[in-house]
Amino acid sequence: MSIEIQNISKSFGSFSALKNISIKIENGELISLLGPSGSGKTTLLRVIAGMESPDPNPDSHVLFFGEDVANKPVGDRKVGFVFQHYALFKHMSVFENIAFGLRVRPRSQRPSENAIRDKVHSLLSLIQLEGFGTRFPKQLSGGQRQRVALARALAIEPQVLLLDEPFGALDAKVRKGLRDWLRGLHNELNTTTILVTHDQEEALEVSDRVVVMNQAKIEQVGAPDDVFHHPASEFVIDFLGNVNVFHGRVNQGQAVLENIQVGASDISIPAGEKANVYVRPNDISIDRVPTGKSSIAAKVTRINRAGVHAKITLMLHNQEEIRVDITMEHLLELNLQLEDLVFVHPNKARVFVPDYTI
Amino acid sequence: MSTNSKGIAIGQQDPTWVRFLVISISIAFVALMLVLPLGVVFWEAFRKGVSAYVASFQDRNAVRAIYMTCLAAGIAVPLNLVFGIAASWAIAKFNFRGKSLLIALIDLPFAISPVISGLVYILVFGMQGWLGKWLDGHGIQIIFAVPGIVLATIFVTFPFVARELIPLMQEQGSEEEWAAISLGANGWQTFWRVTLPNIKWGVLYGVLLCNARAMGEFGAVSVVSSNIRGGTNTLPLHIDALYNDYNSVAAFAMASILAFLGVITLIGKTLLERKLQQETSSSLESTTTEESQ
Repeated sequence: MSIEIQNISKSFGSFSALKNISIKIENGELISLLGPSGSGKTTLLRVIAGMESPDPNPDSHVLFFGEDVANKPVGDRKVGFVFQHYALFKHMSVFENIAFGLRVRPRSQRPSENAIRDKVHSLLSLIQLEGFGTRFPKQLSGGQRQRVALARALAIEPQVLLLDEPFGALDAKVRKGLRDWLRGLHNELNTTTILVTHDQEEALEVSDRVVVMNQAKIEQVGAPDDVFHHPASEFVIDFLGNVNVFHGRVNQGQAVLENIQVGASDISIPAGEKANVYVRPNDISIDRVPTGKSSIAAKVTRINRAGVHAKITLMLHNQEEIRVDITMEHLLELNLQLEDLVFVHPNKARVFVPDYTI
Repeated sequence: MSTNSKGIAIGQQDPTWVRFLVISISIAFVALMLVLPLGVVFWEAFRKGVSAYVASFQDRNAVRAIYMTCLAAGIAVPLNLVFGIAASWAIAKFNFRGKSLLIALIDLPFAISPVISGLVYILVFGMQGWLGKWLDGHGIQIIFAVPGIVLATIFVTFPFVARELIPLMQEQGSEEEWAAISLGANGWQTFWRVTLPNIKWGVLYGVLLCNARAMGEFGAVSVVSSNIRGGTNTLPLHIDALYNDYNSVAAFAMASILAFLGVITLIGKTLLERKLQQETSSSLESTTTEESQ
């Protein structure tokens, strides 16, 4: 189902949780709301579900398939909501938890006992927990509980799945497994799914599109590779993975760091403006000798070989630390040791001129 | 749990004589101040034999007093149950203006002497009170009659259910309710199928304490009842009257009923506390458990 959010604001007392948010979510899309805690992503999800009402404003609308749902209570919106802490009914068996949404229907729409049983069993096999129907939530692991919570939400055949940090309380390994499983499930069910997360890796890996939020506003909306490679703001580049920040100045439309010029910036920016240069650890090369390109001298302070890439920490002569990721082969080739003097050169950089307005 | 086991570990390091002394003082104190008087009640009740004990219950005034006590508790407890659930629901699940004032007011009966609460009702509903003339004109008698006793009992036992449920419901939060509502349940279904099962032991615990207090209340009821024997006397008032008449066997026979109620309450309370701990800990567990599979 396509969902359209138009000019939604929400404040709690003097705290602004959402500031004039607009976004369109396409039918069948898996979209992530990504941001740090307090960025408003959960509030936005709860507004979509109908658990929070947005601040009154004639221009603000939540549209499901073009229809305004402002006056539709939560139960009528046909949304499957999954909570971070599962919110399973602890006094009910797994079977009864999943059957709940069917059992509370008005008598005229309630499926027969047999139909309920078939439905619950098919959902149990979908979440790979056949034979767990008689267990209680207490007897399940965290990952199993969250799958039951998902099955419970799916039982009402929702048009949209809303997941509020569904894997936030799970450990890394279970999390990764469930994430892949969720993506497969989404494709299979062909629903519209909105996933709230603060984990950038999770968002970038499973989503069709990512909505990066910060301080009650949307910073950027785009496909994962788009937001990762073409971040629209300093916040986005900083939030999506490790990044080195250099502080330079603008000269002839280019940012100047030390003695070198990096990444073309807008030529119209007057010289002398402060420029922040962001370089990802894998976009920096290390050489033993200064290359033809102008490079910066640095000293090796730490070498971490645990991982696919070697993580090298270096110190510039102005005491600033930078992180560089290189392949293991390259590390062997260079034969780096602690305290070695090397030359680094950013291959790809993003330049932002803070607070610059034309 | 960790603090508990830690506490034991520290205790085990103390010299034996310290442990012995502390434990003995506690036991001696409890025996002297609590168990002994309770024993005396039964001892005195049966001092002139079982037949004298049984005879005490055949008195018309005694039967009336037992009836009055059951009536007052029978009305006050259900009303306070409904109020307690409503108030704790409101406090735990909603945010509204005046919430902290409501919490403070619920505790009012704990803070003031029961005698005062009785006097307040006389000031409001008595013949010389604010509403006295109007009530009298409509032929309604509250003070020195059953309604006054019930009102005083409700006032005194007001906080028990709510006080028990507020922390429990706050602890549990409202996510399960939201889950139920998002699955299409209406408010009534959500309450009966999700909220109530989650707080049932807390409710029972509150009702138990509320009932014990309602049946044992003396001060507030004494002020509003005017001690009419065979009329408005409740069990505690009747015991007081018998004792003042030097009819100690009958007084203690009546007292033994209340003492027995006390013992039952204590046992019930102990059992419920265990259940209640499960109610609280399982809600905690569901938020903290992490494991791989």
